[in-house]
Amino acid sequence: MEKFNTLTSTVIPLPNEDVDTDQIIPARFLKSTTRQGFGENLFKDWRFDSDRKMKDGFILNDPSYSGSILVAGKNFGCGSSREHAAWALYDYGFRAIISSYFADIFKGNALNNGLLPVQVSDDFLEIIFELVESEKNTELKIDLVDQQLSIPGTIYSEKFNISAYKKTCLLNGYDDIDYLISKKSQIEQFEQTHIEF
Amino acid sequence: MSKTLFEKVWDSHIVDSVESGQEILYIDRHFIHEVTSPQAFDGIRRRGTGLFRKNRIVATADHNVPTKDQHLPIKDLLSKLQVDTLIQNCDDFDIELYGLGHPYQGIVHVIGPELGITKPGMTIVCGDSHTSTHGAFGAIAFGIGTSQVEQVMATQCLLLERPKTMRITINGNLADGVSSKDIILYIISKLGTAGGTGYFVEYAGSAITALSMEARMTICNMSIEMGARGGMIAPDEITYDYVKGREFSPKGDSFDKAICHWNTLYSDEDAQFDKEYAFEAEEIPPMITYGTNPGMGIGISDKIPKSNSESFKKSLKYMGLEMDMSLLGKRIDHVFIGSCTNSRIEDLRIVADYVKGKQKAEHVKAMIVPGSKQVEKQAEEEGIHEVLKEAGFELREPGCSACLGMNEDKIPEGEYCISTSNRNFEGRQGPGARTMLVSPLTAAIIAIEGKIVDTRNFVNEVVTA
Repeated sequence: MEKFNTLTSTVIPLPNEDVDTDQIIPARFLKSTTRQGFGENLFKDWRFDSDRKMKDGFILNDPSYSGSILVAGKNFGCGSSREHAAWALYDYGFRAIISSYFADIFKGNALNNGLLPVQVSDDFLEIIFELVESEKNTELKIDLVDQQLSIPGTIYSEKFNISAYKKTCLLNGYDDIDYLISKKSQIEQFEQTHIEF
Repeated sequence: MSKTLFEKVWDSHIVDSVESGQEILYIDRHFIHEVTSPQAFDGIRRRGTGLFRKNRIVATADHNVPTKDQHLPIKDLLSKLQVDTLIQNCDDFDIELYGLGHPYQGIVHVIGPELGITKPGMTIVCGDSHTSTHGAFGAIAFGIGTSQVEQVMATQCLLLERPKTMRITINGNLADGVSSKDIILYIISKLGTAGGTGYFVEYAGSAITALSMEARMTICNMSIEMGARGGMIAPDEITYDYVKGREFSPKGDSFDKAICHWNTLYSDEDAQFDKEYAFEAEEIPPMITYGTNPGMGIGISDKIPKSNSESFKKSLKYMGLEMDMSLLGKRIDHVFIGSCTNSRIEDLRIVADYVKGKQKAEHVKAMIVPGSKQVEKQAEEEGIHEVLKEAGFELREPGCSACLGMNEDKIPEGEYCISTSNRNFEGRQGPGARTMLVSPLTAAIIAIEGKIVDTRNFVNEVVTA
C-alpha cells in the first residue's frame, strides 16, 4: 500500500448524496480478476451514455475541474461491499474522498487501499462546495499527521477523526494482513479453546 | 455482566485487543464466490502465506453465472474466465467448491443456511454485503472487501473496530398480505439508508419471533441497506427445527450439546443497547420503493413524498416519477422474483399459491430465478415449476441474476421492474433500468395485474385459496 502523509490538491465536487458503489463501478465491470484498470469504468453510467458518448453536465467530464480529491455528498459509498469501488477511485487518480458521512464497508475498503476517507461536518462540507463553486481552482490541504483538513488562503480548517491504528498504517504503508500474520501463534492458541457447535 | 446477543457472540471470538481499540475477531466460516475472491488469491500467492484454515472456506459460483443453459460453456468470455479462475483457485488451494453443475450450487446466502453450514453463535464473513442474511440464525455475519477476504484466507481473522449495538423491536401481528420483506422495507424507510451505519442490529419482538427462518433471513439480509453492518435474531425452536437434519448440521448428541449452547444466545434482560427503535406490526402496509435507494419506500397506496433535496429530485427524475403522485395504476413490464433476499422455497410457494390457475398480464415479462439447485429441485418436486410455467412465468437456473445485472439478465433502459431483490440503485438491474422493490406476494399480484395495485384488495384470494 502507498504511504499517505499530506496532500494538497484542487478538488472535484460531487454534491450528490447516497452515492452507492453501483454508481462508482457498475456490476458489469466487476468481471476482471486483477485489481488494475477499474478507473476507466469509474462512474461509467454517469460519464457515458449507452452510445459511449460523454454525458454533458457530469462533473468528471468537465475539464475545468481536476485534482486528486473527490468531495462528495453525505453517505458516500453505500451499498455493495465491492472493493472494486475503492480500486476504481484510486486507479482514476483519487487519493482522498471528503464527505460528511461514509458507509462502513466502503470506508474500510478505502483505508485498506491507501485512499483516505476524510469525514467532515455538514457545515464544513457546505463551505467547501460553496468555495469550489465560486473558484474552481480552490485547493484543499489534508494533513494526516495533524488530522487536519484546511483550505489554504482562508480561515477555514477542521480536524478529522481516524483510528490511531489506521493512521499508522497509512503513514507507513502497512496492511492489516502484515499485522495479523504477526499474530499467528496467538490465533493458533485461541483455536485450542475455541469451541464451534 | 449482562450482555446483548451480539456481545455474547462477538466476545467469544476475540483473539486479542489492540492498543488502538481494534480487536482481532476469529472467523468460523468464510464463504467465497467468483467476483470478490480472485484478487485475494493473487495476494495469497504473492505473499506465499498459503491458506490458514482451508476447511473453514466454502466456495460457490453465483454472481456472474448465466441462468440459462448452465450445462453449456459460459458464452461471455470475461465471465467464463472469472468462473474458471474460481475453479482453478479452489483446485490449487483444495477448497470445497459448489460450482455450476453441483447439486449444492446457488446464491451463497441461500446455500449456507440450507446446507446447515450456517449455525447459531458463529462468525461468518463473505465478500458480499448481504452476508448479513446469516444473522437470522443468531450468528454475527457481515460483508467484507477483497483485502479482508485475503486477511481471512491468511489468518482466519479480521482486525475490526467493535460496532455499536442497536435493537429494533416489532411487536404485534402483521396484516394480511404483509410479509417480512415489508417489515424490513418499512424499517429502512423510517431509518434511512445511513440510519444503521456503525451499528450491528438485533431484531426482536413478537412479530419477529413469529416468522419462519426464511422470512427472518429476508429481514437480516437487508440490514446493510440501512447502513448497518449486520442484523441478528436470537435463535429459538424455529431456528433449531430449521437447522436440524441438514447436510452439515451437528447430529445426535452433538446436536443436543449445540442446543444447550445456542439456548444461551439471547440478549440479557437488562442488557444495554446503544440505540433502540420500536414499531408496531399492525402499522406496516405492503411496501414498495419509488426512488433509487431502498430507504425511498412507501405503503403501496401512499403518495410519493415531497422534498426539496436535489438528490431526491434527481432520483425521481431517473425513475420517471413525480412528487405527490400515487403509484397505483402504473403499468409494469417486468417482474423479477429472485436474489439472496427472496428466492427461497417459501418465496416460490407464496408466488405459486397466488398465481395458480391465473395468467400473468400479457405485456409483463415475469422471471423467477430460484436461489439454489436445491430450491429448484424442491420446487420441481412440489409441482411449483408447473404452476409457474402455466401462469406464464419464465423459470431460470440459480444465480444472482437480475438483482445486480452482472450477467445477461438485465432490464432495458427506462423500463420498470417490480423486483423482490434488495437494491433499487440507478442502473442496478441494467443501465437505465427502473427498479421497484417489493415482497414476493406483491410481485406475484402485480405480474398478474400488469400494473401496480393495492395488493390488500387481492389477498383474500390467497386466504380462501
